This record gives sequence, C-alpha cells and structure tokens, in this order.
Amino acid sequence: MSRWSLAIACLGLMTLLLGATGARAVDDKGQLEDPALQSRYERLTKELRCLVCQNESVADSNAFLARDLRTQVQEMLSAGKTDAQILEFMTARYGEFVLYNPPLEAKTVLLWGAPFILLLIGIVTIYRIMRRRTQMPIDDEPGLSR
Amino acid sequence: MWKFLLPIGAFIALVVIFAMGLSPNRDIRAIPSPLIGKSAPIFTLPDVLNPDKSVGNASLAGQVYVFNVWATWCVGCREEHETMMEISRQKVVPIIGLDWKDELDKAQTWLSQLGNPYTAAAFDAQGRTAIDWGVYGAPETFLIDKKGRVVFKHIAPMTMDAWNKEFLPRIAAARKEAT
Repeated sequence: MSRWSLAIACLGLMTLLLGATGARAVDDKGQLEDPALQSRYERLTKELRCLVCQNESVADSNAFLARDLRTQVQEMLSAGKTDAQILEFMTARYGEFVLYNPPLEAKTVLLWGAPFILLLIGIVTIYRIMRRRTQMPIDDEPGLSR
Repeated sequence: MWKFLLPIGAFIALVVIFAMGLSPNRDIRAIPSPLIGKSAPIFTLPDVLNPDKSVGNASLAGQVYVFNVWATWCVGCREEHETMMEISRQKVVPIIGLDWKDELDKAQTWLSQLGNPYTAAAFDAQGRTAIDWGVYGAPETFLIDKKGRVVFKHIAPMTMDAWNKEFLPRIAAARKEAT
C-alpha cells in the first residue's frame, strides 16, 4: 500500500517539475501589436528548434540565427500567413529537425511509439512480478502455524 | 535460459547503440538538408567588393557551380580559406560566395588580404538568403547542377579530401547531364 502511494507521489512531483519549466522567453524585439498574433508568435517560436544550440527553442535561444528566425516568424504573421504556412516555410529550409513536434509518419513511428512500447514493457514486468508474489503460499509466513 | 539471454541481449544491443552514437565519424551537429534534389533558391544581393553592383545566381542557370557560405567572424571559414583558394586555382567550377551577417569593410579587407577565391561574393547583411538556403552555421558549401538543383551540401570547413572525394566526382557526373 505505502509503495503505491510513494509511486503516485513521485509521479505527481515529476509532473509538477515538468510543468514548471518552459514559462520563459528571451525577447529582444518588440511585441506584435495584435495580442492574438503575439500569442501565436510565442507558441510558434516555442515549437521551432534552434539549429545552432540544438537543445533550445527558437523562442529561448540567444543565437543570432534564432533572432533572425524570430524576425522571420513575426514578419510572416504580420503578413497574414497561417501557422501551417510558417512551419512549412521552416521545414522546407531546415527539414523536420526544426520541429519540436514532428509529424507522425512512417519514419517517425518509432520516435512516437517508443514511449508507449517502454510503458507497456514496464506494465507487463510489474504485472508479472506482482502475480508471482501473490501466488506465493501464504502459510510460508513465519509465526503462523496451523 | 531466457532469463539469462534476455538481459545479455539487451545489454549488447545498448552497447551497440551507444557505440554508434559515440562514433567519431558521426557529426551530431550535421543536419541533413531538405534542399538536396530541390531547386536552389534564387537571390540577388550587393557585391561585397562593389556594393553598388548586385550579384546573384540567376545568371548561372545551365552551369554547375559551388555556393560557399562564409563570414569574417567565422573561425572555420578562416580555416578553410586556403583550401578555397586552392580550389579556385583549379578553375573547375565557378564559386559563388555568400558573406553571411558580416560587416562590409571587414569582408573587403578579408578578401584583399587573404585572397579572393570567389567568382562573385554576395553580401547578405540581413541573413535572408542564408535562411532561404537553410544555412544554420558557417562555413557551409553547396554544389548546384545545371538545372539549378542542389546536389550536395558539405557542413564543415572545406578540405581537399572532401573536395576530391565528395565534390569532384559529383561535379563530373553533373556535367554529363543535359541542361
């Protein structure tokens, strides 16, 4: 019982920690006038991966290429381009590598599927261990005699 | 039996994957270009040596050429400069240079002091043309065929070894194709 509550507590803590990051952005350029455009801008630049420093998003990075790409996104938004058109523009130039959220395709099936496969292996393992334990004869416990 | 084979098999599989990841031949920073096989972006930009004049790649249609991205702030470009000079002396193909996010006077000094390997050097102050070409670092060197398609991209300072092994055979093949 206490083992389960510990596991749940750990999961909760992980969720909290994951949720706490990702709420910041370096912004050098001014805001877009339209707040709707600004929020799309913030979302899009978080979805784009910085190519110079590969573990940062375009929104977070200080690399000058990331700054240029932010300007590019701002200008395309102001010009009335859709989110899909902007992501298409980036993918055509930098490849799917630039997307933090790659589309589900034949070649990305393993990427998307791996977490679920691992989860399944984990569940099966836990199930088998637990079943083995419950199958142990109870009267093996010391102190109990019939 | 399975109890022993499974963990050992998994362990060996992990070792193989990690060894592949650590291989010195694998450049984790090299991102394959989606432009390979597609039309190279057309540009017109000021000439580094004569900013009132413009240079571009539209006039190179029907020719095999090399497109080299460089800048004076780029250490790798300084490193490859001698190689680029040597390649330009071979006079195999025109070499178009793209001076990326640079300062004009520094770029001019660079070319006059170190030598100018370029048939034409374009000045991309805003970095727009570089974005169109999917450039994410310098130096980068592209090979373009007669139909204006990107054939190959080299992401690292150019070496004679890369030129002889990666570029020359592709140039020879691209030359044989019809316009």
